[in-house]
Amino acid sequence: MLLVSPVSHAAEAAPTVDKGDVAWMLTSTLLVLLMTVPGLALFYGGLVRSKNVLSILMQVMTVFSMIVVLWVIYGYTLAFNGGNAFIGNLDKLFLKGVTKDSLAATFTTGVALPEYVFVVFQSTFAGITGALIVGAFAERMRFRAVLVFCALWFTFAYLPIAHMVWYGPDGFMFAKGALDFAGGTVVHINAGIAGLVGAYFVGPRLGLGRESMKPHNVTFTMVGAAILWVGWFGFNAGSNLESNAGAALAFINTLVATAAAVLVWLLIEAVHKGKPSMVGGASGAVAGLVAITPACGTVGPMGSIAIGAAASLACVWGVTGLKKLLRADDALDVFGVHGVGGIVGALLTGVFSAPMLGGTGYGSGNSTMLQQVGVQALGVGVTLVWSGVVSVIAYLVVKLIFGLRVSAEAEREGLDITSHGESAYEG
Amino acid sequence: MKLISCIIRPYRLDEVRDALAAAGVSGITVTEVRGFGRQKGHTEMYRGAEYVVDFLPKLKVDVVVTDEQLDGALEAIQQSARTGNVGDGKIFVSPVEQVVRIRTGELDADAL
Repeated sequence: MLLVSPVSHAAEAAPTVDKGDVAWMLTSTLLVLLMTVPGLALFYGGLVRSKNVLSILMQVMTVFSMIVVLWVIYGYTLAFNGGNAFIGNLDKLFLKGVTKDSLAATFTTGVALPEYVFVVFQSTFAGITGALIVGAFAERMRFRAVLVFCALWFTFAYLPIAHMVWYGPDGFMFAKGALDFAGGTVVHINAGIAGLVGAYFVGPRLGLGRESMKPHNVTFTMVGAAILWVGWFGFNAGSNLESNAGAALAFINTLVATAAAVLVWLLIEAVHKGKPSMVGGASGAVAGLVAITPACGTVGPMGSIAIGAAASLACVWGVTGLKKLLRADDALDVFGVHGVGGIVGALLTGVFSAPMLGGTGYGSGNSTMLQQVGVQALGVGVTLVWSGVVSVIAYLVVKLIFGLRVSAEAEREGLDITSHGESAYEG
Repeated sequence: MKLISCIIRPYRLDEVRDALAAAGVSGITVTEVRGFGRQKGHTEMYRGAEYVVDFLPKLKVDVVVTDEQLDGALEAIQQSARTGNVGDGKIFVSPVEQVVRIRTGELDADAL
């Protein structure tokens, strides 16, 4: 059921390439780009203080750009070409052998996509995953440290985990029948733990708890979240690789889970804090989108509503209770929303994929809900540990090379001026 | 001559301006300020974090009037700025020693 490797159909009949599929996949690729720059950038941009807004916009745009370039140079081949259970090989280094004529498999035998389409679609996934991390250490990390860390983390955490989960039939998690339709594990848990580790290593922002660090532009955050929601259809429905009923299932699930998550987050705020807030609504949308991502291709719409609602419940706790417990200044709640939402989504994928709950069935090799949930939990655990360990090492390396954090004076003045020589607003 | 400095709710500015004009005051200076009195602040909530906003946005209006105009001007400001709720603001009156109109060199009452 998951993204699979390019095929060589030398001996078989030539697979068909459907123009509708190609059009949908190129559209989906554009939508994932839309999610990142501008969507994620504006979502994060509104949540920081006005003296750091350009810094966070820069980090999102630059990390995305860097990873897309690394993806075509060595990422694609290490994630999606041959190799062993944990990592691909280097046969397609610099996209060697990828041409206008080469093809990538879809979920339907005999239907293929031009390989370029698959490569570029996947490049945007890798790009947004790296960009997600920067929210955790926003407002205080050196720009070059951000870039070097993200390059290291992409190479040693994103690529192996994408290979393990999505590369069939050899990938370690793929072989166990783990379900991750559009990247709950590969993208969100993976980025969430990298962010959390970063928040520990970089340390809390100066003045945390004493000075106001409220979002400087909630309108940006709303616009960004709305663009994320729109773009996410490329992310989720595009992961079906074909323009058919499977894409439609992912589409409707993405819509209703998110709607349910918005409502539940606002309801919790209204009951507990007395007022539903815009930041809460936007956070609920992202929580729902994150949680439905692994499940969108294998659960039914009613299961989606349950997953969206559960995600909001868990993520409200993630940004309040858990955040206090962890004592890390995960500035924009990368772990609280993406990590926690991803874990909830991954586990509930195992539950609501059950045919009796409206799902389309378990992953290959799993015949009971308990088995499937167990495999999902294993995927969560492997990702947390792998990405966590890689992150620790990568932050240490970057710290040794040139330090993670800007000077205290630079942080007080704001990263826009001190790191980029620009300011967002006059006066 | 007196300087009237009053702190008012921002959205009452148009009413205060009109009332002062009706009371014969010829010019006013407005400044955006922040502060609190008995109204205190309020709490804002973003995700899990609460922020107490101590300082609320207000406007400070400065006008200089002749001694004869003072009572009318004070009455005008009070009437136009009042909503009856905490946070309506305050009026401070202090003496002014000299006024000069820069363009003409006129002094005191002529310069107002």
